[in-house]
Amino acid sequence: MNLLDQFKIWLVSMGWPGWAAYLVPAITGIVVIIAFVLTVVIVFIWWERRFLGRFQIRTGPNRCGPEGIFQPIATAVKILLKEDIVPEKADKILHFLAPIVVFVPILMLFAVIPLSEGAILVDLNVGAVYVIAISSISILGIFMAAWASANKYSLISGMRAIAQMVSYELPVVLSLVGVAIVAGSFSMIKIVETQNIPYVFLQPLGFIIFFLGALAEMNRCPFDLLEADSEIVAGYHIEYSGMKFAMFYLGEYGVALAYAGVITTLFLGGWQGPLLPPILWFLIKVMLVFSLIVWMRATLPRLRVDQLMSFAWKGMLPMAVINLILIAIEVLIIPHSLQWAMVMLNFALAAVLILLFSRLFTLGGGRVEV
Amino acid sequence: MPIKTEPFYLNIGPQHPSTHGVFRMRVMLDGEVVVDVEPVIGYLHRGIEKLAEGRTYTQNIIFTDRLDYLSSMTNNLAYCMAVEKLAGIKVPERAEYLRVIFAEVMRISSHLMAVGFFLNDLGAMMTPVLYMWREREKILDLFEMVSGQRLLYNYMRIGGLSQDVPAEFMPAMKKFIAEMPRYVDEYDQLLATNEILLARAKGVGILPRETAIDIGASGPVLRASGVKWDIRKMNPYSIYDRFDFEIPIGQNGDCYDRYWVRMQEIRQSIRIVEQALKQIPDTGPIRADVPLYIRPPKGEAYGYIEAPKGNLGFYIVSDGSIAPYRLHIYPPTLINITALRDMVKGWKVADLIIIFGSIDVVLGEIDR
Repeated sequence: MNLLDQFKIWLVSMGWPGWAAYLVPAITGIVVIIAFVLTVVIVFIWWERRFLGRFQIRTGPNRCGPEGIFQPIATAVKILLKEDIVPEKADKILHFLAPIVVFVPILMLFAVIPLSEGAILVDLNVGAVYVIAISSISILGIFMAAWASANKYSLISGMRAIAQMVSYELPVVLSLVGVAIVAGSFSMIKIVETQNIPYVFLQPLGFIIFFLGALAEMNRCPFDLLEADSEIVAGYHIEYSGMKFAMFYLGEYGVALAYAGVITTLFLGGWQGPLLPPILWFLIKVMLVFSLIVWMRATLPRLRVDQLMSFAWKGMLPMAVINLILIAIEVLIIPHSLQWAMVMLNFALAAVLILLFSRLFTLGGGRVEV
Repeated sequence: MPIKTEPFYLNIGPQHPSTHGVFRMRVMLDGEVVVDVEPVIGYLHRGIEKLAEGRTYTQNIIFTDRLDYLSSMTNNLAYCMAVEKLAGIKVPERAEYLRVIFAEVMRISSHLMAVGFFLNDLGAMMTPVLYMWREREKILDLFEMVSGQRLLYNYMRIGGLSQDVPAEFMPAMKKFIAEMPRYVDEYDQLLATNEILLARAKGVGILPRETAIDIGASGPVLRASGVKWDIRKMNPYSIYDRFDFEIPIGQNGDCYDRYWVRMQEIRQSIRIVEQALKQIPDTGPIRADVPLYIRPPKGEAYGYIEAPKGNLGFYIVSDGSIAPYRLHIYPPTLINITALRDMVKGWKVADLIIIFGSIDVVLGEIDR
């Protein structure tokens, strides 16, 4: 039973009018979600800095508060106090709107992520599809920012944004369908509840494809071409400062949190786990996924744009299709009681497919005659 | 309806995270593809060649520090050797050994920076740089021990060195050289087989052997193109003929080979320093008996060495006074970047950055 629904029923039983009993739980839920997101994002920023510091044989920020925990707050204050600069040739309206268009869909994603048993804003029966649909809107915001800035660097970044995000949407959706086939539903709650064995074991290849696709969707290393600071300086947010830049900055970590939550829900068994309370299990899993993202950021160089595209279209998309077909066949022929056999089979298939692709497949084109 | 497209100009630099200083490129792009690139230099011009005409030979040493500021010691060495050649000064044995040790350790430091920032240009988020700074820091500590400075050492003098090394230097140097190969192995382990590094750097920005020779490239850039040319072997200056080392050469002349050649040169430099530390006499003068105001006889001399970035030469004309009549610097990286346009045409913007990074330029030297 959804916690918010229980709240609503309790309000009605207390004699509240119907519209208030509907509105108050909804607003409470939204406020709680936003507070949760902002708090976790601050912890993420701190954790990324400290964790990255460990990889780079340095300490990381450790002056503001114990272990530097207040450093993100200091950063936020600094950013808020900065002058808001709008370039003279910028499209003023789009330049103003873009950070909002980027940030709001990211907050909307959290509506369907179950933080704990029953702790979900709306249990849509197409929750997983909603995630894909809403997260695509951010691309529009990024392109708006890139175009409105009237800057050539951000223009290149905008072009990359469209190409990259549209390409990586496909393998992400296909690997998500694999999950939905096994779970028998697109509802996030249902997907969590059917995971006796977490789907990361049941569909290792699907997990890898989804994780890499998610990395590309949130512009994280090695797919951080949108803000490639050694090439196009900062990409689409090069002309932003002050609060507008803070929106992009928050959005970057917000989307990381959202995707970590989605991966936790879809593949890692969501809030389920022994001994500890469910919300803690959810947070631990989210932190693990985020740490993996930071680890990759600390380790890997960046791909080139043509390599990125060929990796999506020639590598991940065929693999996702093969994965989907295999999962569908397995679900048809293997009875539910033999799921452990499916685990073995899928690990073997994933290893064979990845080996095969790494042998047959070359990344990207090369020199173009000019 | 066909969409009308046209190439556009993008200005990269002088303020840009990966132009290694104040280098500027006017790049003509067709989408992501580089059609043309026009390097613009001169933002760091300080007129060192002219300033040198008004100062004594010894005072000019500090200018050489400020050329390639990542390898001050080798710049000192090249200049001092040119003046010694002009004035016919013989350098004492112990000073020669110390000079070779410092020059080779400087080469290690310079190559560490080059490889680290090459990886940074590839987008590796500072991690390789910070690992390489860990070792560079030890080298800087060693240099601080002998000269009191960490970047611009001003340590070598005409006819030798400014002062002998302190007692604690030799054990520290031996310790560093003993542990350095392990760190180089660590870099190789982390980098050499990284799939993304291979995909990004292999076959990218090829400088053909003939072009490399035609433009007069030198240093790792030339050797990566497969030319076995190293002044330390071909025209052994100082005491390099006493050491046993190899010249690593690449095969394709691509970015990966330039990276690989630098990593191998670090290993060779360690070998040279190991041998030098064994052979060095324990005591002895560290400077020839030269007057404070050196007055070389009328004439001219050209001293050149294998600096970390290539063939660094100093051409000095003397009119018999205490200051050079003319000092000309032959900087290796200025010659090496002349190949930039040929190397980047047809590649993407991201490749332009790493090809430029793989040449390893320092703007202090290009603009002088």
